[in-house]
Amino acid sequence: MAEIVPLADAVRGLVHDGDVVALEGFTHLIPHAAGHELIRQQRRELTLVRMTPDVVYDQMIGMGCASKLVFSWGGNPGVGSLHRLRDAVERGWPEPLELEEHSHAGMAAAYAAGASGFPFGVVRGYEGTDLVERTRVASITCPFTGEQVAAVPAIRPDVGIIHAQQADERGNVQLWGICGVQKEVVLASSRTIVTVEEVVPELEWRSGAVFLPAWILTAVSVVPGGAHPSYAHGYYTRDNAFYVRWDEISRDRDRFRQWMDEHVLSPEAAAV
Amino acid sequence: MTTYTADEMMAVAAARRLRNGTVCFVGIGLPSQAANLARATHAPDCVLIYESGTIGAKPDRLPLSIGDGELAETADAVVSVPEIFSYWLQGGRIDVGFLGAAQIDRHGNLNSTVIGDYERPKVRLPGAGGAPEIAAWCRETFVMLRHSARAFVQRLDFRTTDGAGVTCVITDLGVLEPDAEDGELVLTELHPDATAEEAREATGWELRVAAEVRTGSPPTVGELQALRALRPANQDTVRV
Repeated sequence: MAEIVPLADAVRGLVHDGDVVALEGFTHLIPHAAGHELIRQQRRELTLVRMTPDVVYDQMIGMGCASKLVFSWGGNPGVGSLHRLRDAVERGWPEPLELEEHSHAGMAAAYAAGASGFPFGVVRGYEGTDLVERTRVASITCPFTGEQVAAVPAIRPDVGIIHAQQADERGNVQLWGICGVQKEVVLASSRTIVTVEEVVPELEWRSGAVFLPAWILTAVSVVPGGAHPSYAHGYYTRDNAFYVRWDEISRDRDRFRQWMDEHVLSPEAAAV
Repeated sequence: MTTYTADEMMAVAAARRLRNGTVCFVGIGLPSQAANLARATHAPDCVLIYESGTIGAKPDRLPLSIGDGELAETADAVVSVPEIFSYWLQGGRIDVGFLGAAQIDRHGNLNSTVIGDYERPKVRLPGAGGAPEIAAWCRETFVMLRHSARAFVQRLDFRTTDGAGVTCVITDLGVLEPDAEDGELVLTELHPDATAEEAREATGWELRVAAEVRTGSPPTVGELQALRALRPANQDTVRV
């Protein structure tokens, strides 16, 4: 049953060094504030899982939180490379990063399998690509038609972390707009942290929204603006200018560290 | 004489290949420009699907990312990412998928994973994303890539995506299409002022040229106006 607790307490109690941790949000509702809390609490040796590692994982990798990354597309959308991710892969800074990479379809199927309690997901893909030799995928034969399909192992994170618009006082959560794989990651994970823009007395059901009942969640934390520079539909828009600026901030190791000191590690930043 | 950029010519050439009602799986950058240009000009009923799960998106301005809020606000429906990749893409419901890449070979195979050795890459690229299944399950795949010997290579450093589904490659010089017999890419169309010689020089293999190469017409004033009207209002940073 979800408890409504401060984010720092949720991270302290639920995320341990060496855990498999997935922060999800497909462009929308990316849990940046939770990522920053993991950095402040200096979590180490994490296996980070995320379909689209973008700025938040660039920051976590650059600050040395991760030893492995499971992903399908690692870039700054519409802008270019993730320089901290590249530095870790190309030069082992701040430490080497093991990669397990998939296609989007493969990862989406692996999350859906994890949510369903299935051992693997099925994709009509990976064929004819060099990915087959570099990732965890196997060819299987359909027992009914004989068709060859690809099996991808289910993703079962220790901790799944997402951001949503609203919770009620009992810890039920609702999110809407582009909903990515958030429902799947919550259902696939052993423990969950949901940061929300606000707590309302009663959730007003919205057509097409994703509802996550309190009884499947572990912790809910109120963090207004917790997705920035990503966005929260109905609350604030995507800070596209920041994504462009990140390219320049993250290119240089010292400039990156300085930015993280000022905006994430400083007592003022931690208090937000 | 209206002046235009190489990127504008590429977007126009791609847009012209979309028919009214074509269902497109669209990535960010030039593909998004092309599909939205088609929607703004000759193909108002083009259906734009972005991998973020927005079906029938109708943005007035180009988004920076595939998940900008405007896509969700203007879409017919927003579905989850597992649904978009399973029911809609692998389900075979999409006519045209667009892809970019860092490298392409003569059979349309694509690399968007690494430059150099996989274990010790010179450049680590973003990776597969939706590309392998887009190329496999859309009826046609259009590749948009600027012509250069660095990109059009004899041998890929990594094969991220099988090229069997590629039906055309639109470059800043012209258009390549697979030969009906052996599937090798052949130069079939040149943009105005481009020459087959330029295309040969910018290709890392011995580029085949069709017996009769078509010459594309330059962007019309109407196309350029529509394309430029799509630019984001407050920034000029939209790139591939």
